Amino acid sequence: MHIIDRRLNPGGKSLENRQRFLRRAKSLVQGAVKKTSQERDIKDVLEGGEVTIPLDGMHEPRFRREGGTRDMVLPGNKKFIEGDYLQRQGQGSAKDSGPGEGDSEDAFRFVLSRDEFVDLFLDDLELPDLAKRKIAQTESEGIQRAGYTTSGSPANISVSRTVKLALARRIALKRPRKDEVEELEAEIAACTDEDERAELIARLEKLKAKTKRIPFIDPLDIRYRRYEKVPRPVAQAVMFCLMDVSGSMSEHMKDLAKRFYMLLYVFLKRRYKHVEIVFIRHTDRAEEVDEQTFFYGPASGGTLVSSALQAMHEIVRERFNPSDWNIYAAQASDGDNSYSDGELTGLLLTEKILPVCQFFAYLEVGESGGSAFDLSDSSLWTLYERLRNSGAPLSMRKVSERSEIFPVFHDLFQRRETAQEKAAP
Amino acid sequence: MTERLFEGADWDFQTLQRITDACEEVALKDLGLDVYPNQIEVITAEQMLDAYSSVGMPLFYKHWSFGKHFAFHEASYRKGLMGLAYEIVINSSPCISYLMEENTATMQTLVIAHAAFGHNHFFKNNYLFKQWTDAEGILDYLDFAKNYVMQCEERYGRIEVERTLDAAHALMSHGIDRYPGKKKLDLRAEEKRAGRRRQHEEEVFNDLWRTVPTGKSKSRSALSVERRRKLLGLPQENLLYFLEKSAPRLAPWQRELLRIVRHIAQYFYPQSQTKVMNEGTATYVHYRIMTRLHQQGRITDGNFLEFLGSHTNVVFQPEFDDQRFSGFNPYALGFAVMQDIERIVTNPEDEDREWFPDIAGKGDVMGVLRDVWANYRDESFIGQFLSPKLMRHFRMFHLHDDPEERAGIRVDAIHDERGFRRVRRELARQHDVGFIDANIEVVDVDLSGDRRLILHHHVIKGSQLNETDAKRVLQHLADLWTYDVALIEVDANDKVLREYVVSPRPIPAAVA
Repeated sequence: MHIIDRRLNPGGKSLENRQRFLRRAKSLVQGAVKKTSQERDIKDVLEGGEVTIPLDGMHEPRFRREGGTRDMVLPGNKKFIEGDYLQRQGQGSAKDSGPGEGDSEDAFRFVLSRDEFVDLFLDDLELPDLAKRKIAQTESEGIQRAGYTTSGSPANISVSRTVKLALARRIALKRPRKDEVEELEAEIAACTDEDERAELIARLEKLKAKTKRIPFIDPLDIRYRRYEKVPRPVAQAVMFCLMDVSGSMSEHMKDLAKRFYMLLYVFLKRRYKHVEIVFIRHTDRAEEVDEQTFFYGPASGGTLVSSALQAMHEIVRERFNPSDWNIYAAQASDGDNSYSDGELTGLLLTEKILPVCQFFAYLEVGESGGSAFDLSDSSLWTLYERLRNSGAPLSMRKVSERSEIFPVFHDLFQRRETAQEKAAP
Repeated sequence: MTERLFEGADWDFQTLQRITDACEEVALKDLGLDVYPNQIEVITAEQMLDAYSSVGMPLFYKHWSFGKHFAFHEASYRKGLMGLAYEIVINSSPCISYLMEENTATMQTLVIAHAAFGHNHFFKNNYLFKQWTDAEGILDYLDFAKNYVMQCEERYGRIEVERTLDAAHALMSHGIDRYPGKKKLDLRAEEKRAGRRRQHEEEVFNDLWRTVPTGKSKSRSALSVERRRKLLGLPQENLLYFLEKSAPRLAPWQRELLRIVRHIAQYFYPQSQTKVMNEGTATYVHYRIMTRLHQQGRITDGNFLEFLGSHTNVVFQPEFDDQRFSGFNPYALGFAVMQDIERIVTNPEDEDREWFPDIAGKGDVMGVLRDVWANYRDESFIGQFLSPKLMRHFRMFHLHDDPEERAGIRVDAIHDERGFRRVRRELARQHDVGFIDANIEVVDVDLSGDRRLILHHHVIKGSQLNETDAKRVLQHLADLWTYDVALIEVDANDKVLREYVVSPRPIPAAVA
């Protein structure tokens, strides 16, 4: 008789099977995830959660018989006698009562973890490589000092470490110290007895010889610098959030913008090891702020979009070398800009900003249900459209409802149809 | 006064040991049971869910459908739609019983009595299990299967292996030998043979042989139809076996996978034929053991009441018009019949003497029951031992539903003198797997022509195959066979009712 406690066995035995299942059900689950995420807040989306998928695509068929004459023995007769007839209860229910495990499995709900959810949500998105720069999903190997080693090439000998060790050994082996010699010399000077003197002098000679001897470096003490290869993420990205916070931007508009930025952030976070965010808000002048201020800080004034672009340009120049960083920018605005600013804005964009950006998204936010929104294009929209038509790598969308954020985001980052698209089975 | 096994609801491992010893004493001495050595394992709810999704086995090869079942069970469990089973028990030697850590001490006693002694005795002694399963070899075999599938995935790719397994799973219920004749399954030898087979293939592989010219092969069409069928072992109802042996273009590893799925299907086959008996036995045994422990004063009145509560839930049989009704509850039916046998053996009435002359008043309850447990399966068990008294007790009645009949569903027989035998016969039939599963067999292969595989479904009582599912399964079958497959549904007079023809899907270029 054995009694065994298995509770401490590693759990998650089903994990592998679960992943296989998810892989298989991917398109179904993905559809469900998207549907679910439209109804939820971004924060909840990132929490993962429950999705319902139809099981049809996950069918495990078996030969099943149905129809024909049926015989059944049932318990609980109360009033029937032989030869009675029972009315059939409608066409459908008479059939349904047949045994069939399929019934309960038409669709089922299950819970996705946060990672699974976000993965599936973002899976068919990719970063558009508009700026022709390598998208660093790859990593380069860097070399990094990693302590010392006892073997290596002579070029890598670490002199200081070796000497340090050799000295330590000398000290440990009692090499004479200066005061020792001086002490001995003093003793000789004070000495009167000839024999003793001779002996002391001999000792002094010996000590002096010892000091003069070339310090010997034992091979034991040689240390080489050790280098280690480390993956160095060139995969780093910076995201610029540019937002117009002038009086015309309502809370609702800021909320829309915020949702968009959050999605972008999550998305970049998936792709890059390291993502920085820079928040720039602007009225008629721009400043870099923290997130809290960005979204909630009060500000008002006129609108000069070029100020934000200028600020971004300066920050890039100072902190984010475009050859090391993948730069993304998302601009949210209600589309108002000073009339006089249009030209400068266009110039900044085409000459300074767009050349260094992987992707520049312009999101025009409008009031909820605002139908006037569609009537005429705003000044910014018109400007950007003109830039785009002349071939600038710019994406622009209009959004006025929360529920539109996901589709718009998707739209912007939809994987472009390429040859590799269909490679996956 | 014997010492109590435990106080309250808490338990620890010493308690479990005491409980097991006490149960064992009753099981072996009082009931005369004969069991495999026991191994009891305490697991968590999550592990129980794991076990559910791999048909209760502690190790199994990886496949997405187990993940699907896990996700399904987990979701319904989390929502509270489903309680977990108190135990899972594995037909192996040693017999492994899983206990959930949440159970109270009383529940653990119940579960140990139920699984470690009831099921265990049944597994070891029932003729079907003796004939078809190999309790010593199963765990090793599953381990082999798991590793083998894993190796195949490494060598031939996950997608390919999955494709083959999907197909094999679809045909699993038609991968069974229903009639003994071949020798008993010896999984350990099977595993060794598989290893040797692979090794041999690798050793003798020499590409040169491919280039050796061969003489003119004998014309296949010269074979007479009869001889051809005989060579292929037709008709054959074990579809997986047939494919494994005769499918022209399967790779050796694919045949081995079919073989694995077939062996596992065969291993579970007795369980599907003995649900009522197996659960009845376990329930009867736990009831006897718990009652005895209570009589001995080893469990308190309170614990015994707690036990009775669970016990009555388990053997509850809703009536046909009850919301909760979903057919006969195997626990209820099996337990009732076994208790009834006990009554007939010890205290029969005239009716019982007439119906059960062999056992009525025989006196030796356990002797009779042990014999029943050893030599029957659900169908014969109900056909033999369902007494008129029980039919009256359950108020059973037999309905005949003929879609042609305008007036409705006819009540064909009820629990009265005229109806007893008919009701009993029908209920027994309902528990006959040979009757429940569609009767499908391979009847011919057109080897001289387009190599089309021809199957027949012998339709019983006008009940044909569900079309969507049939097409899907046939697709899998055709993919394995790699030529067209035709399934013809014929009635008792060989009249063709419906015909399916499915062509194999092209094998993706990556594989070829």
